[in-house]
This record gives sequence, C-alpha cells and structure tokens, in this order.
Amino acid sequence: MDIELITNILYATIRTGTPLLLVALGEIICEKSGVLNLGQEGMMLLGAVAGFIAMYHSDSFLIGFGAAALTGVLISLAFAFIALHLNASQVAAGLALTILATGLSAFIGADYEGKTVTALPSLTIDGLAAIPVIGKALFAQDAIVYLSWILVIAAYLFFKHHRAGLAVRAVGENPSVASNLGLPVMSIRYIAVMFGGALAGIAGAYLSLAYTPLWTENMTAGRGWIALALVVFASWRVERVVLGAYLFGFASIMHLVAQGLGLSVDGNLLAMMPYVATLVVLILLSRNPQKLRLFEPMYLAKPWHKGH
Amino acid sequence: MIRLEARVQHSTLWRYSSPLLAVLLTLITGYLLFASLGQSPSDALYTFFIAPVADWYGVSELLVKTIPILLCAYGLALCFRASVWNIGAEGQLLMGGVAASTVATMFVHSDSAWAMPLTLLAGIAGGVGWAGLAALMKLRLNTNEILVTIMMNYIALNILLWAVHGPLKDPDGFNFPESALFGDSTLLPVLFADTRLHLGLVFCAIAMALSWLFISKSFLGFQTQVLGQDPSAAKMAGFNQTKLVTLVLLICGALAGLAGAGEVAGPIGQLVPQISPGYGYAAIIVAFLGRLHPVGITLAGLLMGLIYMGGEMAQIELGLPNAITGIFQGLMLFYLLSCDVLIRYRVRWTQPTTNSAKSATSAEFKTDAKAEFPHLSQSQPKGQTSAPAREQ
Repeated sequence: MDIELITNILYATIRTGTPLLLVALGEIICEKSGVLNLGQEGMMLLGAVAGFIAMYHSDSFLIGFGAAALTGVLISLAFAFIALHLNASQVAAGLALTILATGLSAFIGADYEGKTVTALPSLTIDGLAAIPVIGKALFAQDAIVYLSWILVIAAYLFFKHHRAGLAVRAVGENPSVASNLGLPVMSIRYIAVMFGGALAGIAGAYLSLAYTPLWTENMTAGRGWIALALVVFASWRVERVVLGAYLFGFASIMHLVAQGLGLSVDGNLLAMMPYVATLVVLILLSRNPQKLRLFEPMYLAKPWHKGH
Repeated sequence: MIRLEARVQHSTLWRYSSPLLAVLLTLITGYLLFASLGQSPSDALYTFFIAPVADWYGVSELLVKTIPILLCAYGLALCFRASVWNIGAEGQLLMGGVAASTVATMFVHSDSAWAMPLTLLAGIAGGVGWAGLAALMKLRLNTNEILVTIMMNYIALNILLWAVHGPLKDPDGFNFPESALFGDSTLLPVLFADTRLHLGLVFCAIAMALSWLFISKSFLGFQTQVLGQDPSAAKMAGFNQTKLVTLVLLICGALAGLAGAGEVAGPIGQLVPQISPGYGYAAIIVAFLGRLHPVGITLAGLLMGLIYMGGEMAQIELGLPNAITGIFQGLMLFYLLSCDVLIRYRVRWTQPTTNSAKSATSAEFKTDAKAEFPHLSQSQPKGQTSAPAREQ
C-alpha cells in the first residue's frame, strides 16, 4: 500500500459514496415528514436516464442534472398521490414506483444503451489538492460532490435551527397534532417527497454523467435500496448519513483495495460487498428495537388524512 | 372538490372489481402509449396480447412462462397474508437454480433415475436455505425483511454470476459463462410433444391446490391470516408468531427454489446468467393482483406470463424495446393500488369548505400540542412516548 494508492482509494470512496449520500439525504427528509418512499431505486434510474439523454442532446451539465431532478420530482408526485391522497400502503406504492420506473427507464434508454457523454469535470482547488493523502479526495472533486456537502450542512441546520425543519419533524411525529397547530400536513409531506425525488434524480444522473458517463439498463444496481438502509444506519440523523455513505462507498470499491493489497479475489464475490455490508449494518443496528424506535419518526409510513 | 369518505364496511364489490379495473386502465394506458409511439394502437395491442397465444404452441409457451411466476406468487401470497413483506422470491428462485445446477452438473453423463428428483430437491433446498436466512434475520435479529430480502436478491444474483464464471462453468464451453448442458436424465419430462411445456405445470397445480387448502381449510392458515391482520390478537390467542413467520417464508422459499430448479432443468436446460427476467418481482404484482387468493393468482399469473410474451413479440414484430413489459407491470400495480382506495372509501364530490371552522379549532389545540411535542422544542431524541406499534 503506497501513498498514491491510499490517496486514490479515499478519492474513489467519496466519489462512490456521493450518489448514496444524495439519495439517503432525500429519503431522510422524506421519512422525517412521516413518508416512507421505497421508490428511491426507481427514481434514481429515471434520473440517470433522463439526465443522460438531456446531456447527450444539449451537451450542458446544467440541463442534464436539471432534467434529472425534474424527472425525479415528477415521478415522485405519482407516488405521493397514491400514498398520501389515496391512502395506499406506502410500502406497496414505493415498490410499484420502483418497478414502474425501472421499466420506464429501460424503455426510454433503450436507444442510448452503451452510448457515452463527456464526464463531469472535477473542480480542482490548486493549492489544497496537492496536500498528500486527503488533498485529492477533498479538493479535486466535481461540482456535485461539493453540492452534496453543501446540502448536508443545509439539511443539518434546517432540522436543527429552522422553524420549517421543526414543522417537517412535527408532521412526521404526529400529523394530527401538527395539523391542529395549523401546519399544512399534506403540503409539507408532498414537498418532502418531491425534494427526495429531486435528490434521487440528481444522484442517478451523477452515476450516468460523472461516475461512469454512459447509460446502461439497471445501472444503479441497488444503490437506492442501500440508501434506505443508510437512513436506518444514520438513525434519521443528517450528520451520521455522511459517515454511512462513505463507508458504503468504501465497501463498493473493495476491488481497488484488494488490488492494492495484491489479493486476487473473484470479481463477482467482491461485487457482493456493498450488499453484504448493508446486511451486516442492518443486523448490528436492529438488535435493539427500543433504540431503533427512539429515533424513528413516530408516524412513519402510516396513512393520515385530515379529520380521520 | 373530491373527498374520500370512509366506508363503514369494506366493499366486496370493489375488492374483486378493482383488479379488473386496474387491468382495464393498464390496457387503456397501453393504447395511448402505443399511439404516442406512432404505432397503430389496436394492431400493437393485438400483437402484444393476442398474437402470442394465437396458436397451441403459443399457449404452451405462455404456460411455460407462467409456471415460475405462479410458483413464486403462491408462496408470496402466504407471506403477504401474514404481513411478512418478502420481496425475496427473485433471490430464492436464483439460489434454487444455482443449487439445482450444482447437483445437475454431477449427473451430466449419468442416466440415474435419481438425477431429476435430486436436482429438484436441491433447488427446493437452495430456496428454503435462502428464505430461512431471511427468516432468521427477521425473527432473531429483528431486521426489516424488506431491505434484507432485497439485499439478498442482489447477493443471490452475484452468487449466480460467480457460479457460471467459476465453479459451474462448462470446461468445454469455449469460456462462455454457462454451465454444461444438463443430461437427459436430469431434464424435466415434457408433457406434450413438440412443446416445451414440462412437469412444472403439475407442480404448479399441486401448489395451487395445497395453498388453497392451507388458506381456506387449515388452522395454520387461519393463524397466519389473524397474525397478518392483527398481530396483537394473534398474540392474545397464543399463536406462535415465530413459527408462523418462519413457516410462510420457508414455504415461499421452497416454491421459489422449485421454480428456479424448474427453469434450469426445464426450458433452459443449463445454468446461464439470465435464468429469470424478474419473475420473482413480477410474482409480487401477481400476488396482489390476484387478491392473495390461489384462484385469483392463477388468473393474474397467466396475464403476467402474457405480458412477458407480449413484450418479446412487440420486440420482434414492432421493434419496440422489451422493457415495455416492465412498464405494463409497474402500471398494473400502480393502478391496482389506486383502485383499491374504492374498497375502503367512497368518493364524494363536495363544495370546498371555508377556513373559518379550521382556525377556530386550531387555537384550542395549541396548548395540547406543547404537551404532545416536548422533545421537539429541545433538539434531542424523543423518549418512549405513547408510540403506536410500527406498522409492519
């Protein structure tokens, strides 16, 4: 293990963790408002394909990521309508969203399969990026990585120090009381779901425009589901989700690490690592149900209507 | 203004009409989708839904496709009845296929009468083992079964890929990621000459009959139903929750594993990376669309098999991407969930109300709210307030 390898592993860990961080952040906000959206995987895929197609034709990253965010918002509205307005089981509605969006993304992207676009360039901060070991990981990343850090800080402050953040939490803890306080429960939940959709869309586009600048069917490979486990791992706390996302990012680049250590492990077995890591984390966290329930929004995934 | 008014009693009429309406809405959406793609919608729908089964061979192929879907769906329905959110049929099917192939590749040059039964048993064992792991994690380690089973699906897929690239790869297969072709003694017998319709159909019929008996005629089935609808009532009655949850998961694993074994020892005849185009996920939709009842599931499963065939047909005949299958699947579940609102609610058309009534009540609750949210005023995790039991 030489310095350069460690530098590169850190750099790759953050890059790999970024889409997970974005999705998990969106889902935390969604779940804080009491809505469980299991459609993250599908929204990511649609974001990935929409972002790719927009980028392919416009050659503008802004349009690419914008289209991805908008697609995420639009498809999340379909989920929100069924789960919030029609009181369907949120678990089933989320699954339906993933199945539909997966099919839709494969259908829309069929003509773009295997095509490539220019990758999102990194914005290197010259002096700082030269710092050994951590410089490249922290100061030679692309715009979306920096954006994800800004979003984390913003979300942290939002829930900690802002009235609106308090309102979102109140709606998730007890919508009836929140509603009697005059909070627009439905609107808050809709906005939370849409925000989650936008972030999932951007995360998907990060995969197809930056991480591997091409579109292939099912390219998210379960990251949306891993992000859901991340939310549990972070016990619904924004500051902990960063740690979790990079931990999973690290688990996903095991092949790099194995190469560096001179080990030859089968690639298909290494590809399992993120999923195995997710299982292990879930097991470690779920041993104590009381503790888990302590942090979980009280009315998570429960249908609620005014006057019920 | 549309308002939903809760019904006093769930509507039986809508319980059974809702899936039909969902299918109809899916067809209408399909019609519009084809029209927007510049196809002639009626021709496209004909190509999709009628042409694949226009002759006897087509019907037999439909049954071949439906077998694995139905086997998974019967098992999933038991899980869903017990409110166990098993999303893992896909992984259980894949592990069944891998385990069956492990045994089958030992019998490639043998004509032992044991070859086929042992292959099937290995498939069942693979599915049961995979589902058993999920049961263990849910019951002993208290993990959320949705995330666990989905993660296990991805792990199973990677195990399958590792097997076809590694230990099970055919040494004489020109380095393709495929196992050796199974011997004739291992393959499931074909029921009708000139078709690929195999013995799996009989297993399907047996599974349907047994799951109907379990649900309608057995005390265990009744217990799972109670557990699913009201866990505390089941606890009061002294039903063994651990036993019931384990049972439904293992039954589902066994059936999904059998489905996987049937695929590799049936129409495919070897282990390949693509033994399932998402049958385990499609079976979730089938179970819900069939109202978790064996008869309904059978009908829904045939429709799902047809959607798979239609997707292939649309690809060949109309040059449309095969992914249209996934769109139809997702739409159907989406519409079903939407239509199901009619079971529990009446739709009422109302005049929008004024806000004066609302503001009057909000003031008197302001004082209660402070007591309700003591933990929200400080930013610390909340204690054990009167949290309702988490909806599983």
